[in-house]
Amino acid sequence: MTAGLGKDLIGLERLSPDQIRLILDTAEPFKEVSERPIKKVPALRGKTIVNLFFESSTRTRISFEFAEKRLSADTVNVAATGSAVQKGETLVDTAKNLEAMRIDMVVIRHASSGAAQFLGDRIRSNVVNAGDGKHEHPTQALLDLLTIRDKLGRIEGVKVCLVGDILHSRVARSNIWGLTKLGAQVAVCGPHSLMPRGIADLGVTVLRRVEEAIEWADVLNVLRLQLERMEAGFIPSLREYYRVFGVTVERLAKAPRALAVMHPGPMNRGVEIDSRVADGPHSVILDQVTNGVAVRMAVLYLLAGGKPELADAAKGPAAGGTD
Amino acid sequence: MAAPLLLKGGRVVDPSRDLDEAADVLIQDGRIAAVGLGLGAPDGATVRDVRGAVVAPGLVDVHVHLREPGNEDEETIATGARAAVAGGFTAVCAMPNTDPVTDNQAAVGFIVRQSLRAGFARVYPIGAISVGQRGQQLAEFGEMVAAGAVAVSDDGQPVASSHLMRTALEYARTFDIPVADHCEEPSLSAGGVMHEGLVATKLGLKGIPAAAEEIMVARDILLAELTGGRLHLCHLSTRGSVELMRRAKERGLRVTAEVTPHHLSLTEAACERYDTHAKMNPPLREAADVAALRQALQEGVIDCVASDHAPHAYDEKEAAFDDAPFGIVGLETAFGVAYTELVQGGALTLPQLILRMSTVPARVFGLPGGTLQPGAPADVVALDVTAGWCVDAARFHSKSRNTPFAGRSLTGRAALTLVAGEIVHDAPAAAQA
Repeated sequence: MTAGLGKDLIGLERLSPDQIRLILDTAEPFKEVSERPIKKVPALRGKTIVNLFFESSTRTRISFEFAEKRLSADTVNVAATGSAVQKGETLVDTAKNLEAMRIDMVVIRHASSGAAQFLGDRIRSNVVNAGDGKHEHPTQALLDLLTIRDKLGRIEGVKVCLVGDILHSRVARSNIWGLTKLGAQVAVCGPHSLMPRGIADLGVTVLRRVEEAIEWADVLNVLRLQLERMEAGFIPSLREYYRVFGVTVERLAKAPRALAVMHPGPMNRGVEIDSRVADGPHSVILDQVTNGVAVRMAVLYLLAGGKPELADAAKGPAAGGTD
Repeated sequence: MAAPLLLKGGRVVDPSRDLDEAADVLIQDGRIAAVGLGLGAPDGATVRDVRGAVVAPGLVDVHVHLREPGNEDEETIATGARAAVAGGFTAVCAMPNTDPVTDNQAAVGFIVRQSLRAGFARVYPIGAISVGQRGQQLAEFGEMVAAGAVAVSDDGQPVASSHLMRTALEYARTFDIPVADHCEEPSLSAGGVMHEGLVATKLGLKGIPAAAEEIMVARDILLAELTGGRLHLCHLSTRGSVELMRRAKERGLRVTAEVTPHHLSLTEAACERYDTHAKMNPPLREAADVAALRQALQEGVIDCVASDHAPHAYDEKEAAFDDAPFGIVGLETAFGVAYTELVQGGALTLPQLILRMSTVPARVFGLPGGTLQPGAPADVVALDVTAGWCVDAARFHSKSRNTPFAGRSLTGRAALTLVAGEIVHDAPAAAQA
């Protein structure tokens, strides 16, 4: 397969299984770059990338920035606070101004679903969605897929359960698209007040209790419970949430098989996940973070028109010789 | 007074008299003088050949937003009334959610004066139910009716307080006007931007469940029964609302309802790719809702079609879906969409559509019009139902362009519109000019 990704990466809903596999396969050679003493390859030299973060983010922004810098792109970070956005500039004006500066790519994080699509439809630069509202967070799901493939050797047939606030989760939506397209079995588990309408129509099983999820799954992807959900009346208390839905050591002890536990971060220890689980042998949470940089390098490289078969060569000679 | 006008050779459809036949229509002194075959032209009369066209009573739209006063950059009474006649409407009812709110006799009088100055369609003001549409204190219905209001509504806002809705229905009885309600339970709809369903789940947008409308439809019907008031339900959008209406009509309550052309023709799927021109309140629902609404209109469970014409500046809709305002323009596409979707689609006959877009809405709001009965004011439309046309928003007479039907091929549009016997829209003449 030689087809690329198109101009933008908005979500996994519109990618084919082959396109998703292409990204994962392209990420493999890039993993090694981060293990070098000099973590830099010239693949995107001369490209300018703007990281446009309308919503605060630490992990995703830093991960993108490392991916860009390790590919030798020139990057600028724009955070909503203190920028023209805070002074009332509209998204369309921001888009036009970026276009006028002749940048090559925009990585956008925004609180409104559809913001990445909106930008992508209006500028010629490549747009990468780094999370838009409750819609999608495609690079997070891609790094989750890569982590599952690393740990279990395959994705097809693997049973993955997303646990927690599915209603408000862009991570859940992107994971559902990516996993189902690659042939995994997907379940969701959480309070029904945090379950979106029609979710089963996306090809997922809805599990009522976290104990069922643990009994069923090969992988648990535990989602962050935003504290404001309690204030909005979706759940009575964080304490009860932990009692009913928390992924604890005691519950995992009853798992019939070895389970991998993932979390997109940032974690609320003692709310959705027991600290002993997060830091314990089931956890692959830090592998996810490591894979995040490689996956984002692959996405940026492919969108910039890089040839997947040349990804290895594009790395250039590693410091200290080729391997 | 203008010279007599003879519309010759058309197909006359007048649902008020169950008439559908080839006939001429003679207009004299602003009124219908005669309807019949082979009418002679009086001295000095203008004869207009309308062969191939359907001559019908002018369309009546009981639900439009004309934005004046307050948002004249989006629409004015003059541009809205001009758009109305281009769409075949000879009378429209203007909702009171202006800025300031049309909640007193002076504000109602302003709209009447502006519409008289503008000409084109007749514009009937609807007064607010509550002062400032704040949902607390009743507005002065009596004075507003005396100044020309034909109904009351807090449209744009739901009437959250059941007590206020009750008193409005009771108090309006004195003046025998309908109380028109925008049915939305605000605590269920809060933050919602489209129908709560599979498309909203995929797009990650907050949904408005069908129950948010149906709870208020049910409440209002119960209050109509309690009070004996005249209730009119705006822009119904769900199959559940249709069932509630059906039961209300079976019980013989004084309840009427309207549906928009877009709820009769589009579904939640129109919101895909975050198209803000598909964002309206109530939201576009599911295919099963569209089917139920069409059947209800055909059966008369829903009484009439209304456009809910809601102009917005182009750049307001040029935003993320969450941030764009609700509403679309509809006056210039309403008949074309309804004819194409409902008549060509086989849900309604042409006379049934005219009934639901002219005769019945006039009757529900107690307006003159909706008939070609000799002696009635000559509010007449000649409709071209043969030629296809493509919706080009740039050619709208409305100041706003926010339509989900841009680029659509439609059949059915007004060729000639008369208000009180005066030609106020002449499509063939405009095309030649």
